[in-house]
Amino acid sequence: MKKSELADPFKSARQEKGYGKMNDQIDPVTMVLRLKDVRKTAHDWKKFTSGAVPGRIVVPSEVNIRDTRQIPFEVDPPMHGAYRSIIERWFKRPLEPEYEEKLSQQIQAIINEALAKETIEVVSEFSLPLQSRALTLLLNIPYEEAETWIGWGTHVFRSEGVALDASKANILYEYIDRQLEKASQNPGDDLYSVLLNSEVEGRKLTAEEAKGVMVLTFAGGRDTVINAVTNSIAYFAEHPEALQRLRNEPEIIGKAVEELIRYFSPLTHMGRVVTEDTQVCEHAVKADSRVSLCWASANRDESVFEDADKVVLDRKLNPHVGFGFGHHKCLGATHTRQMMKIFLKNLAEKVERIDILDLKENIEDLDEFKRKVGYDQISVSFKAR
Amino acid sequence: MAKITFITSDNETITVEGTSGSVMELAVQHGIHGIDGDCGGVCSCATCHVHVAQEHMHKTGAANEIERDMLELDDDADEYSRLACQLQLDEALDNIVLRVAK
Ligand code: FES
Repeated sequence: MKKSELADPFKSARQEKGYGKMNDQIDPVTMVLRLKDVRKTAHDWKKFTSGAVPGRIVVPSEVNIRDTRQIPFEVDPPMHGAYRSIIERWFKRPLEPEYEEKLSQQIQAIINEALAKETIEVVSEFSLPLQSRALTLLLNIPYEEAETWIGWGTHVFRSEGVALDASKANILYEYIDRQLEKASQNPGDDLYSVLLNSEVEGRKLTAEEAKGVMVLTFAGGRDTVINAVTNSIAYFAEHPEALQRLRNEPEIIGKAVEELIRYFSPLTHMGRVVTEDTQVCEHAVKADSRVSLCWASANRDESVFEDADKVVLDRKLNPHVGFGFGHHKCLGATHTRQMMKIFLKNLAEKVERIDILDLKENIEDLDEFKRKVGYDQISVSFKAR
Repeated sequence: MAKITFITSDNETITVEGTSGSVMELAVQHGIHGIDGDCGGVCSCATCHVHVAQEHMHKTGAANEIERDMLELDDDADEYSRLACQLQLDEALDNIVLRVAK
């Protein structure tokens, strides 16, 4: 098995039953594994709510470490739409030429840095800085601020070996409180100020609501983007012909991004709380229990994707759910797609070869299932063209 | 060469022409409001949903299975729904009228 491969641990459960079970702290989860069922469940917000106690729909649950509701992610329609419409346009800015140009400069710089080094640990020295610097563009704040976030390390909510860590989460919360306070004293063109100036239902957003959006912006796009970038580097290290192909056929880069997101599924799953006794794939689920929409399993559903376990760079029909599905689909997807496109284009143009030297896989423990989602660390060397 | 008419949800009528690529790509190039094409045309985002004028349905044919599955959960979908990224520009589509879904 290649080092860059991500196996599909859900296969037999998906085929045989369509669901899996995992015990998360003392609040178990029924995992929905087939694409159609995942979509249906994601769509039915009345029976499967996102508006539960803050932190409960996340797996592992964060109810013990936070009270702030993440917005619009932990809100159901119709309020969800009201919040979302405030920020939707802001999150489309990555499509503007000026934004694209700046992002492109950042990504070229980081690839050049990697090429100048003998060896590089990709997670902490490449993906984390790349994600942090790109986030300054999304927030529209000075580039230097990225240094602070890089200093936090890859996990804001986690310490080594610990699922959740309240003291670490508090660093992020206090930081966001401070930034919001600054923006309210001294408004600018940044996301904090935009939020504090926005209206929902005819009134100004509260600081707590603005915080809920910011926590999500920081947390939602962190390990997901880091996984996507790191996994891509591992993949191209073992598939130089794929890099060559992107060089020869840059027109397939958009499709390649979708396919890598499908294959990697940087976020394994996301939960919902059941509001009434019902069922998922003919399996009874009780009111007030939790289900999860397993994007990683749905994205390997062999009844939909031909050669589901293979990366087919120019896959034409690719109805993946790597960015979620339905009204809660990923708000940061535009930014991520733009980033991945620019990243692949420049990687293909500048890099001849990548060699993997050493690695430690990041395996998620989902009880019945163990899923590799990426790497805790992976050292490589880059060779320029 | 095919002439395509889009009617946007704010009732603007825009006719544009194209020779190759998909109808979604043509719409995005011309900034047709309501067609975003987020996924670049691989059938995973449904941001390119259009309704084909009833009398023009024979020009496009019905949605394929993957498209139908995507549209199935869209409240606004009906039997004239298509994903514009799955419609290739060619002569057969000439003079077609597409209403952009809400
Ligand atoms: S552009 Fe995404 S489904 Fe058509």
